[in-house]
Amino acid sequence: MILVVAEQRDGTLNRATWEALAAAQQLAGEIAVKAVVFGHSVGSLAEELAPAAAEVFLVEHPLLGTYTPDAFTQALQHVVALLGPAYVVLPHSYQTRDFAPMAAVRMGAPLITDVTGLTGTGASAAFVRPMFQGKLTSEVRHQGEGPRMVTVQIGAFRADAVKKGNPGRVTRLEAPIDRAAIRQTPEAPFREAKQAVDLGQAERIVAVGRGIKAQQHIALAEALARAMSAEVAASRPICDSGWLPMDRQIGSSGQTVAPKLYVALGISGAIQHLVGMKGSRTIVAINKDADAPIFEVADYGIVGDLFEVVPALISELEKQSTDL
Amino acid sequence: MKIAVCIKQVPTREWQPRLNDDRTWIREQDVSYELNEPDAYALEEGMRLREKHGGEVVVCAAGPARVQQVIREALARGADRALHVEDDALASADASMTSAVLAAAMAEERFDLVLTGLQSDDHGHAQVGVMLAERLAIPHSTIIMEVRIEDGRLRVKRELEGGWFQWIAMPLPALLTVQSGINQLRYATLKGIMGAKKKEVRIVPMPAGLQSSQRIVSLSMPARSKQTTMVTGSTPDAAKELVRLLRDEARAL
Repeated sequence: MILVVAEQRDGTLNRATWEALAAAQQLAGEIAVKAVVFGHSVGSLAEELAPAAAEVFLVEHPLLGTYTPDAFTQALQHVVALLGPAYVVLPHSYQTRDFAPMAAVRMGAPLITDVTGLTGTGASAAFVRPMFQGKLTSEVRHQGEGPRMVTVQIGAFRADAVKKGNPGRVTRLEAPIDRAAIRQTPEAPFREAKQAVDLGQAERIVAVGRGIKAQQHIALAEALARAMSAEVAASRPICDSGWLPMDRQIGSSGQTVAPKLYVALGISGAIQHLVGMKGSRTIVAINKDADAPIFEVADYGIVGDLFEVVPALISELEKQSTDL
Repeated sequence: MKIAVCIKQVPTREWQPRLNDDRTWIREQDVSYELNEPDAYALEEGMRLREKHGGEVVVCAAGPARVQQVIREALARGADRALHVEDDALASADASMTSAVLAAAMAEERFDLVLTGLQSDDHGHAQVGVMLAERLAIPHSTIIMEVRIEDGRLRVKRELEGGWFQWIAMPLPALLTVQSGINQLRYATLKGIMGAKKKEVRIVPMPAGLQSSQRIVSLSMPARSKQTTMVTGSTPDAAKELVRLLRDEARAL
């Protein structure tokens, strides 16, 4: 059996859950795909998952209502011991990053994270994942005993590819959760001061990465953005350095965008950035490194020095707009 | 406060990958290395906590002798001493093994707080910190953007997806994986570099009998998911052609 761990917040399944189900179905071959949902009063989510799984296990407990790694690890360990799945498949989310490695150690299970593809099915499957900031792709196999755990990168499998059929049975499982073993006390989630810009609404985006080299060069990207009627955005390191505010960050820890045009200036294209922008309709990459992973998702590319290319682009755009 | 900061040595960002003969690892002789950037933020946070609460910062690393480079750098930036689990077999170790050897070396030190970076720029599994916490039998939290110590307890701001955050309290000792951007990095001074030479680096042998939990079958250059039109020529020509393509072909302008 392949057991998919569904992820929900405030009673809603996230898209990553469906992507993990799509990956599990591709992995399955002849093996049954089942799902488990942890939470408090989340019975309706089990029903929602049922058409995509041979069976859905519903584990409800007051101590699973608010996520903590200690409670979720206890619950997963209990369910895995009971069901003995060959694989445990989870989305690669901020939540599973927090508890899957802990559960893996406690269960003695091998864990491969951040999977973007797979080859083969069932016991002979190998898992594809980026390494070295996306400069290389690796094919990895689990070693050792225990259920093989996998986390699936966001956006790598298509949620709408999930095969649905007659709803599987929903089975309630009791998980004993030891309150005394929960060491974290979480407070309610909150957002910082309102986001000034909603990059999700932008038609065009000019995004800068490390290749911009210094804060004073941000103005160059802003000039290109003006010439294209675009918003300026950035990869994480630029915002970490304080060169642009955090609310202009694109990627797994920032905003996810899919504009008509995305121009990546000096962005190498680590997976954490790509997940935030690869749905853009047209992607342009300008980078001095011809092997930069950003070119893998680009429709148009220029290998060159952005400090030469961008001024040329601006002057071309301005020339054409005065010609019209 | 006795603070441990786990650091890793990874290839530099400028490094162009080349593979070994059986394409299961990189050609190490070609590589120049640097401190894993997320770990630099963990180190900086450890030093800021030491400034506020007193105590010491001990950097802990696992890897071959070459890892001394980043250990010395961390000492030059201000760490007090270092633990180095040294073995050539750790050059490409997975998270399970790295966390196991670090746990074995760190357990008897009984650190109050262990900090790691969010993930490494080589494997990028984002597992070592959480696994290390479990092996040390201490609580953890991940992707931390602020650390407060209040009445001997930890209160940390965890980053969630999509601009959301959450405060989480837990007892000490504990382990945190630190998000990049939590602080502004400070670099080594000349005085720091000179002083680092005298600081203690304790070499710890790797425990026997550990197993990897995964095996790299092959490494390759990434496949392109799109047919990319590369625009070439002189810079003005390329700029002109790109604007034409974006306007007429992609209809994106």
